[in-house]
Amino acid sequence: MTSAEEKAPIDIDDVDTDFVEMIIKTGGPNIRSCYQCGTCSGSCPAGARTNYLVRGIIRKALLGLKEDCISGPELWYCTTCYTCTDRCPQDVKPTDVIKAIRNVAVAEGYMLEPHQKVALKVLEAGHAVPLDKESWEKLREKVNIEPVPPNASRFPDAIEEIVKIAKKTGFDKLVAEKEASE
Amino acid sequence: MAKKQKYYHFLGCIIPHRYPSIESAARLVFKDLGMELLDMEGASCCPAPGVFGSFDRVTWAAIAARNLTIAEVGGHDITTGCNGCFASMFDADHEMKHDPELKAAVNEALAEVGREYKGTIEVTHHVDALHRIGLDKIREKVTRPLTGVRMAIHPGCHWMRPKHIKKKDESERPHILRDICETTGAEYVPYKDELICCGAGGAVRTADVKTALDFTKQKFDSLESVGGADIIVTPCPFCELQLDLGQVEIQKHFETEYHYDILHVVELLALAFGHEPEEFGLTTHLQYQMRKNEPNWERLGIEVQKAEDAVPTE
Repeated sequence: MTSAEEKAPIDIDDVDTDFVEMIIKTGGPNIRSCYQCGTCSGSCPAGARTNYLVRGIIRKALLGLKEDCISGPELWYCTTCYTCTDRCPQDVKPTDVIKAIRNVAVAEGYMLEPHQKVALKVLEAGHAVPLDKESWEKLREKVNIEPVPPNASRFPDAIEEIVKIAKKTGFDKLVAEKEASE
Repeated sequence: MAKKQKYYHFLGCIIPHRYPSIESAARLVFKDLGMELLDMEGASCCPAPGVFGSFDRVTWAAIAARNLTIAEVGGHDITTGCNGCFASMFDADHEMKHDPELKAAVNEALAEVGREYKGTIEVTHHVDALHRIGLDKIREKVTRPLTGVRMAIHPGCHWMRPKHIKKKDESERPHILRDICETTGAEYVPYKDELICCGAGGAVRTADVKTALDFTKQKFDSLESVGGADIIVTPCPFCELQLDLGQVEIQKHFETEYHYDILHVVELLALAFGHEPEEFGLTTHLQYQMRKNEPNWERLGIEVQKAEDAVPTE
């Protein structure tokens, strides 16, 4: 994208507010308090090294530019360090706004493949980082503890419960749909 | 005699499955301090707050709440050695207490597995449990002071931020973790980027490891600019992985070599309390496994037996 590219003007008196309402409902209730001071982006270690601009994303969301917000891969550069949230003078909670926008992105099919894989691991093993090799069990023995810890790695019932919960919330489909479309 | 403080020990994923020396050290340190750690049978992934919270808030809160119900049924508070696990369970608990709609959606999902979240237990980090027992009590247990060891600290993010929800420490000038670490006699080394994120969180490491490592490299460079340190101490296994294994990965991606020994706060205390490194397996850190080397014992001021002479502890 360059400045030479022609851009349609944004009519700020006729903004589609559905997206903002969606964000408010999904965990970013204070987004409308933003007055664009830029403290968030000025504090952002991700913004210092990538094209992730939290202030810009919030402004775009307030202007109803949903597709722009949810389709950009830079949305996924926030490490959720919450520095912006601690410094925001308007209590916008930018980190939570970003997480809410990510929820919308995932619901609309924008999920990166490595993220989908991590999600599937929790449904398969009960853990995002599973005890998936014998060498990890050996490592535990080397530190003088039992080879399999008393978590979902030892209790398969726990995994069954996670799967049932994910089915109820629709998370299984959210992850699977993407798999089918690729 | 005072009643023994008992906590459910929430393990999560990275500690038990990749850095088990932290689990082992926690057991030693809590025992030394007269606190009991109970197994939390069938606990799952917390699930990772920046990852699952970014995918689907209700699913994230429901899986976190399932973990909370295990402790609610048993009737003891939780303690965990992971910033991410702490944040998932603490934040989910907080959000469900302030958002009845979320709580209802979560309990609807939990009903499928015969559980109900009530909100009756407290989620603590090991840092909280240690701070509550008191610095004097910790100091009393130090039999191997780490005098002369130059110690940098990496507090990470999710134990103290967001500060209005966590209400733990002043997140721009935290001191609680430092106070605990300083009981060991190690010398605190301040550096400019102490408080920036390690780079791993929020699903960034999963999506783009090189960008995640760029954060880590900034931290190391900031530390180098003040003359470096002998160790870096963190309260989080994901930060520990990023700082420890990250050095091997940085060497590959950026051709820059760093050699820092990274210790979780309970590993630091285990050493200071007189435990030998092999008791909790300090040398199993992935950095040493990959580089086929060992901690810099001389810098740590620790004399170790050669592996072949080592006698099993039991």
